[in-house]
Amino acid sequence: MAPVALVRPVKETSPERAPERVCFPFAAIVGQEEMKQAILVAAVDATIGGVMVFGDRGTGKSTAVRALAALLPPMRAVAGCRYNCDPTQHAALCPECRAKRAAGELRSVRVPIPVVDLPLGATEDRVVGALDLERALTRGEKAFEPGLLARAHRGFLYIDEVNLLEDHLVDLLLDVAASGENVVEREGMSIRHPARFVLVGSGNPEEGELRPQLLDRFGLSVEVKTPTDIADRIEVVRRRDTFERDPAVFAARWKREESRLRRTIEAGRSRLPAIQVPDAAIERAARLCMALGADGLRGELTLIRAARALAALEGADAVADSHLRRMAPPALRHRLRRNPLDDAGSSARIERAVTELFGA
Amino acid sequence: MTPPDAAWENAILAAGLFAVDPAGLGGVSLRASAGPVRDRWLALLRGVLPPETPLRRVPCHVEDSRLLGGLDLPATLQAGRPVVERGILAEADGGVVVLAMAERLSPHMAGRLAGVLDHGTVRLERDGFARTLPANVGMVALDEGADEDEATPEALLDRFAFHIDLGGIAAGATAQSEIPADDIAAARDLLPWVAASDDVLDALCGTAQALGIASIRAPLLALRAACAAAALAGRDEVIEDDATLAARLVFSSRATAMPPAEPPQPPAPEPEPPAECPPDDSPQSENRPLDDVILEAVRAAIPDHLLERLQAEAASRTKSASGRGGAEQSAKTHGRPAGVRRATPAPGLRLNLIETLRAAAPWQKLRRRDGDTDPSRIRVMRDDFRITRLKQRSRTTTIFVVDASGSSASERLAEAKGAVELLLADCYVRRDEVALLAFRGKDAELLLPPTRSLVRAKRSLAGLPGGGGTPLAAGIDAAAALADAIRRRGGTPALVILTDGRANIARGGAAGRAAAEADALDAARSIRGASFKALVIDTSARPEPAARRLADAMAAPYLPLPRADAGAISRSIRAAQAPSLRP
Repeated sequence: MAPVALVRPVKETSPERAPERVCFPFAAIVGQEEMKQAILVAAVDATIGGVMVFGDRGTGKSTAVRALAALLPPMRAVAGCRYNCDPTQHAALCPECRAKRAAGELRSVRVPIPVVDLPLGATEDRVVGALDLERALTRGEKAFEPGLLARAHRGFLYIDEVNLLEDHLVDLLLDVAASGENVVEREGMSIRHPARFVLVGSGNPEEGELRPQLLDRFGLSVEVKTPTDIADRIEVVRRRDTFERDPAVFAARWKREESRLRRTIEAGRSRLPAIQVPDAAIERAARLCMALGADGLRGELTLIRAARALAALEGADAVADSHLRRMAPPALRHRLRRNPLDDAGSSARIERAVTELFGA
Repeated sequence: MTPPDAAWENAILAAGLFAVDPAGLGGVSLRASAGPVRDRWLALLRGVLPPETPLRRVPCHVEDSRLLGGLDLPATLQAGRPVVERGILAEADGGVVVLAMAERLSPHMAGRLAGVLDHGTVRLERDGFARTLPANVGMVALDEGADEDEATPEALLDRFAFHIDLGGIAAGATAQSEIPADDIAAARDLLPWVAASDDVLDALCGTAQALGIASIRAPLLALRAACAAAALAGRDEVIEDDATLAARLVFSSRATAMPPAEPPQPPAPEPEPPAECPPDDSPQSENRPLDDVILEAVRAAIPDHLLERLQAEAASRTKSASGRGGAEQSAKTHGRPAGVRRATPAPGLRLNLIETLRAAAPWQKLRRRDGDTDPSRIRVMRDDFRITRLKQRSRTTTIFVVDASGSSASERLAEAKGAVELLLADCYVRRDEVALLAFRGKDAELLLPPTRSLVRAKRSLAGLPGGGGTPLAAGIDAAAALADAIRRRGGTPALVILTDGRANIARGGAAGRAAAEADALDAARSIRGASFKALVIDTSARPEPAARRLADAMAAPYLPLPRADAGAISRSIRAAQAPSLRP
């Protein structure tokens, strides 16, 4: 149950490396139901397009995202592939895997779904990949060293404090997230490899706004607030304190809850294709988006997909009003043709429109 | 309520607790100008940290490669293979880093530092390395901020247990104060065994709540501070004194609300409980709930000025403290790297060594064959040189100068606010910065320094009161000064002045329409003299000749509000900024 799954051991030239730290268990996070639900929904259906978590300081935004890694079921990937190619998708194989397949040597293994953390201060060469400096220096070979985008392929790319990310990196991410492909033109190399990942971001709006183009890339957007209920606050501090005193023991205590959540996600993922989306639900989603003036078809599509994922997560057979209702705020909040100053307004407007359409 | 020597006493206590558990307590923000008092505190801290503890100083504008680490170029060149260099944070693992001029830290730096505090590691994804290096550090932020706007970034303050203000302390008051280093060493050994009861935890959370402290990190830090205090006193269980001390030190600077004092309180002035003193007495508080005892102690420790402000603002204050990201963001970006290109190094161009090396690397084997056989050298040719291309983007800052005087009448002010909101939305789309200046009564006030955060802009606009005289000249002067500062920083200022033009307070603050208007026109001409872009929006009910004259003196477009719908205003501003806006 490694907290951060590495597809391939990172090249190591020096022994100094912090031991992998135990993550705070997802199940042990107090409250913050909307955020937890959005993250789980995004984990069930990657096509929703990830989550952006806005919130006050110290609300456990990054804790929740990082804890997700432990909940994801393993996936199948081509053995030894640097890009985690999906052995069943023959058209999307990277050149190396294609060669392997032609030679009949395509073997698949189970690997953890990657959750890759893009730290502030990362340089472009590590993000997109660049010339393998070591091989170039020691052997005079020109080889490509894949970057974080390659590692995040078929998994999640998490950016904490996304509004502090340098502009040129944001541009780059937008481009790759839109095309699903990373094109590297550096040092006389011309490499392209698939890079489809779910973008997960978190940030504090007080540190500066997010570019609208970037915000639009996130399927869901949730707002987290510091809990004000004293009992919740005491519980947060208590669990955190217990965790920090002995992470391993704390994680062990939550193991059962974690397994339950993992099974729920796994079951949701396998049920997803079979979930019915009645025409009535589609019509309701369309009406809701129209009433709210949400831009484009993206909102509608995301809302339907999110409601379907929620239905799958909860073991329902078809998308019902209750699913649409609950997914409407995170799916539409950041897509309203809004007065950008009206920060409290979007959620309230959605509430109102939902009540009007679905009844109280 | 905190006399200087008590403040020093608190500072010493904080240093002691911090030395016991630097990484756990996050850090100390030390607000003081450079001088003997600060030096004394730092010397004390150094004295009580175990001698082998690393202590590193981080310059304010340190580069990522030094802070986080990266490619060690000399070693790489020598070894002929990539060698990673640890940054300051990783070097300080297990110790303390001192952040110089913390009030100048950019949000980007603060974000990196906050990430390291959260994880206890440095995630290095730089220069072809992917590493996670241990970096369990505590931080000391030296904050030399002169006014309230200048301070250690919120992202760090939230993670630091102690915020100490050494401002009012005379050097003489710091004479004899010692923390026995042996005690610290013993406390460090004891700390893992210290436990706190649920009562303590509940009381700390309750107190934080009562004081209006929103962040959940505060009670957690107080809990750790209480454990450190217990360890320092040689106990393996947190008692009331420890909790009180911790709450006093951690909460007093963060309080945003004053809980009502309980009326039937017996006159029991809390004695300052020094952490080292044995727990021999707490009889008079035996029958009081722990919450109250702690709350009382914190109340006594809240600094005077904070108390006054809290009482004055209790009603209007919003829960979360305003961030200051925007202003800093612009202060640091003087052009961003926009790729690398091949060029010969010349004065004014920055050689990008790593990219140069990268360029040279693939050819090493080939070049080595040409005679030279020494394998330890890297052959760099003229063709390999790479320089970093910087793109200087002049950032536009729109300064809104809002007339909030009585003559602008309250309903007009509401309209003006509405117009500003629309304009802000427009600036948001263009990613401009905005600043907000208001003038009323006798003076102009900078409500919002340049920022890109709309949340803040909106908040300060909503809180803008109206009424009083019209010190138009003072308003324009203040705007000109701000515009000048922005230009000197490399930005492009644009002024949007919303007024009816009917000035009645002259520059000196004297009332009088004629003198006031003359001053205002004079100030307006200085805007033209400095050739700042400007736009005057007439907020009076009927177009006002005075506002027109003002616009003419500034050589600025004039727009009466009745006809100024959002679209028109937005177009005018764009037109006013057009020549300089787009690169």
